[in-house]
Amino acid sequence: MCLGVPGRVITVDGMIATVDFWGVKKHVRLDVIDEPVGPGDYVLNHVGYAIRRIPPEDIAETLALYDELLGDVRADGDLMAADVRGELAGVAGPADRSPGDG
Amino acid sequence: MADAAVTEMRFRDPVRARALAARLGELVAGAGRQISVMHVCGSHEQAIARYGLRASFPADLEVIMGPGCPVCVTDLPEIDEAVALARAGVRVATYGDMLKVPGTAMSLADAQTEGARIDVVYSVAQAVELARATTDEIVFFASGFETTAVATAAVLVAGPPPNFSVLSAHKYIPPVMEIVAEMPGARVEGFLAAGHAATITGAAVFEQFAARHRRPVVVAGFEPLDILAALVALVELVVTGDARAINCYPRCVAREGNKVAQALLWKVFRPIGGRWRGIAHVPSGNLRLRDEFAHVDARRRFTIDVEALWRMAPPALVEHCVCGDIMAGIAAPRDCTLFGRACTPETPVGACMVSSEGTCRIWHQYGGHPDLVAIGRAAPAPEVP
Repeated sequence: MCLGVPGRVITVDGMIATVDFWGVKKHVRLDVIDEPVGPGDYVLNHVGYAIRRIPPEDIAETLALYDELLGDVRADGDLMAADVRGELAGVAGPADRSPGDG
Repeated sequence: MADAAVTEMRFRDPVRARALAARLGELVAGAGRQISVMHVCGSHEQAIARYGLRASFPADLEVIMGPGCPVCVTDLPEIDEAVALARAGVRVATYGDMLKVPGTAMSLADAQTEGARIDVVYSVAQAVELARATTDEIVFFASGFETTAVATAAVLVAGPPPNFSVLSAHKYIPPVMEIVAEMPGARVEGFLAAGHAATITGAAVFEQFAARHRRPVVVAGFEPLDILAALVALVELVVTGDARAINCYPRCVAREGNKVAQALLWKVFRPIGGRWRGIAHVPSGNLRLRDEFAHVDARRRFTIDVEALWRMAPPALVEHCVCGDIMAGIAAPRDCTLFGRACTPETPVGACMVSSEGTCRIWHQYGGHPDLVAIGRAAPAPEVP
């Protein structure tokens, strides 16, 4: 619950961004982020909300840990990898209606 | 227990990792005494254990996990409130880690076995979706630190459906660090602050803390290299007696934090004093809904009868569980007679063995200590493009 998960913004529609997480597109809420984000920006997400725009120069370094955790096929029972997958599960899929949409 | 043999620690930059470990050794050797520091984040403990970092720490450096597992520091009466609601027929939605956490007499999982309706969700937004899809009352039993509390706040500000309410067990980290810093018997000389909680609060909040308690604080990320670099910075501050706060995780933490998130947090929640498991009383440590949100506060919407639970016999073995002392940083899993024997992830006695961020659960999976075998993997980490 502390790890959060980074993803790349594809489109922004009001308070909802469509974000790419390792090839899976999902909706993320932007209510909590403190600066404007647009396509190509990377955001750190926690339980379905973007909480930080990751500075461009830090993206590779930020992704490395997650690449390893998610790419570790032996990590099925791995707590840290499971927490990251839980974070991904906490992000609503594009088919879901998000709360508070007008 | 992890059975994979250690091949080598997996670092993106093994040369830098070795240099950092060597520097850590020099600093501690130069001090000529044992140095104890504390982190307050389950993900830090996961990374330290997963990557076998303790094996590279100098023998005289003790890195303790403090009250950094929100599930584990949830006090028994808070669990009891959720259990009582569920047993009274209210649907309770909560994060999976909360299910097996023992209350005074039983866990939510026990209540589920009796027929109570519990929904496991990965986000508060999913709990809202549940409420939209039914006419049943849905109570979201909300746990987590400020990072998670902000999401709960955002949902409540957005206007959830009328059959949705929140039972808040959210907690705020900075005040508990104040308590632990001054705890009698605690040997903690400095703190690693949790990277993503600090994304919300900012690094500045720790500057006053460091000065007030004469304990340096370093905000740290979650990569093994992040943690090693942060520990080098922290131990340097400790040995030079320089009680400052340093942000070693600027890629996710700004000095002032996320002001939008802070505004949401304090619009919805008020900090009140209360118990954390293992720590008697934390002033301003618990986040409760403000009066403006009384209409979505499960504590006001329902009469919650916890007394019935308090009249029941506590679960077996629970009096032997040292989870509270572990969260306070004054005991380790190896100090518990139940650890790995009567208490395992399949049959947890205490919350520290339930949560993926609990020290016992982490040590059980990875080993937590150099004399245990850390998980290893032969394949190198993928190259970053």
